[in-house]
Amino acid sequence: MLGRTLREVSTALKQGHITPTELCQKCLSLIKKTKFLNAYITVSEEVALKQAEESEKRYKKGHSLGDLDGIPVAVKDNFSTSSIETTCASNMLKGYVPPYNATVVQKLLDKGAVLMGKTNLDEFAMGSGSTDGVFGPVKNPWSYSKQYREKRKQKAHGENEDSNWLITGGSSGGSAAAVAAFTCFAALGSDTGGSTRNPAAHCGVVGFKPSYGLVSRHGLIPLVNSMDVPGILTRCVDDAAIVLGMLAGHDPKDSTTIQDPVKPFTLPTSADVNKLCIGIPKEYLAPELSSEVRSFWSKAANLFESEGAKVIEVSLPHTSYSIVCYHVLCTSEVASNMARFDGLEYGHRCDINVSTEAMYAATRREGFNDVVRGRILSGNFFLLKENYENYFIKAQKVRRLIANDFVNVFNSGVDVLLTPTTLSEAVPYLEFIKEDNRTRSAQDDIFTQAVNMAGFLSCLQDCQQ
Amino acid sequence: MSSLLSAPSALREDALRRLKREMWARAVKLGLRSWVGWRRGFTSKADPQRSGRVTAEVIEHLERLALVDFGSLEAVARLEKAIAFADRLRAVDTDGVEPMESVLEDRCLYLRSDNVVEGNCAEELLQNAHRVVEEYFVAPPGNISLPKQDEQEPFSHI
Repeated sequence: MLGRTLREVSTALKQGHITPTELCQKCLSLIKKTKFLNAYITVSEEVALKQAEESEKRYKKGHSLGDLDGIPVAVKDNFSTSSIETTCASNMLKGYVPPYNATVVQKLLDKGAVLMGKTNLDEFAMGSGSTDGVFGPVKNPWSYSKQYREKRKQKAHGENEDSNWLITGGSSGGSAAAVAAFTCFAALGSDTGGSTRNPAAHCGVVGFKPSYGLVSRHGLIPLVNSMDVPGILTRCVDDAAIVLGMLAGHDPKDSTTIQDPVKPFTLPTSADVNKLCIGIPKEYLAPELSSEVRSFWSKAANLFESEGAKVIEVSLPHTSYSIVCYHVLCTSEVASNMARFDGLEYGHRCDINVSTEAMYAATRREGFNDVVRGRILSGNFFLLKENYENYFIKAQKVRRLIANDFVNVFNSGVDVLLTPTTLSEAVPYLEFIKEDNRTRSAQDDIFTQAVNMAGFLSCLQDCQQ
Repeated sequence: MSSLLSAPSALREDALRRLKREMWARAVKLGLRSWVGWRRGFTSKADPQRSGRVTAEVIEHLERLALVDFGSLEAVARLEKAIAFADRLRAVDTDGVEPMESVLEDRCLYLRSDNVVEGNCAEELLQNAHRVVEEYFVAPPGNISLPKQDEQEPFSHI
């Protein structure tokens, strides 16, 4: 039952084959069994069971709230959840209990979803491995798959069973692992530079990044206001469409959500790609791309062509600068957004009381890890008076050039771009930590961040399915 | 503290200086010592591998602005790498290009009507703060900047 899609389970609930409480219990027990993955920071057992009970009452009366009623979901721990600790995997917010729900969380709950818990991430969503949070790294469920275990046995003998586990990618690694391990049917992540699509790729699930402005960011603890979006992780594309349908739409509490009405939609049961024009950006053929990823990319393109779609090569000329541009804009906005953490109104506060500045400085030093501090300092450097024009404004100009690249391609008749998400498959943790967070982010975000800067939507699906 | 405000200015200056020294000594005892210590170490070592772009003045300035300390030479090296990475943008020709602040720049930002629809949640909000007195958040005294490097006292008396 837990391996089914959201739609299948929803049908099972409606037909009475399983009750919401039974489903909830199964997921909770699986979460306990897979605790070693470290996908969850907080498991909201009591809340989940209570929500499941209420869902059951609704089903008995025939008043179900829809496809999401009774469905176990998980939420990344940088979304505010009322009365449930929200930490962003940081010492700064350990013990912080928000007094409100993020809009996307509220929407899920209003539709009857059952909240299993808050998932693990890189501290403040900064990173591409889900390895830098204070609660420890998240392990990729595929590290324990038969295929990977066979591969490991062939490589080394007498090696410690668990020493070569794979990373999930990041920063929404916990959400991706939770979905991949069948402990929930959908999870919320956040996507600033690929943080939903990167772990989705490494964990073999569907990762969806909506267009900027479609889904509300109210309650999502912000990283980069001009690029953040809530992301959706599910096991199949149809499920992602169901969840998106529930979440999309204008929110008066987030003035960056567009006001155009969102029409309800369903995906066609059979995809007709005859009239589709697919673009393959030639600049994405990076030398660092692994041969395996390259071959899957080719196979996907050939598959579309054989089904009647037009597949052409396109150019996004500023691709090589997009990661640099992203790096400057991201650190600058982060420097600004992290200024709110001073220990006065919420979050960690140190014991120093001599002056506000001394208190803020010590609180922030104790609360943030090296990665966060590094980004704040870099951002402040780029925003210094003498550097503002040459770095920040320059990056904003380059951002326009990158966004224009996409607009030009889509205006020339291309409907969709087909690209890889990551350079290679998930790497073992021991290899990943050989380089620092900034270097890894620069390498791993290479395909994903351009779309964040241009604001477009992006969806990722595992090629091996 | 209130007596400081009513004393004549010369006495006030003196009292303030004394207070600063005492507070700094206490702060150092309580844990800012390592912040100070690393910066001392920084100026006395010259790492030939670093580009020298990030000078001691820049470091001090950034630490003050960000209220976050570098903490180590590695952190400074990381910043220099980040700057070198960002320097690649110079190669892009952006003549005549306007900066892009938001992808939604072609739309009007939504403004809701100016009606009070929620609020009255002071109690809930105060629950998250560590130090609260009645309905106030309690902060340490303000307008006292972190001392510069050359204002530090030797630690012999601690």
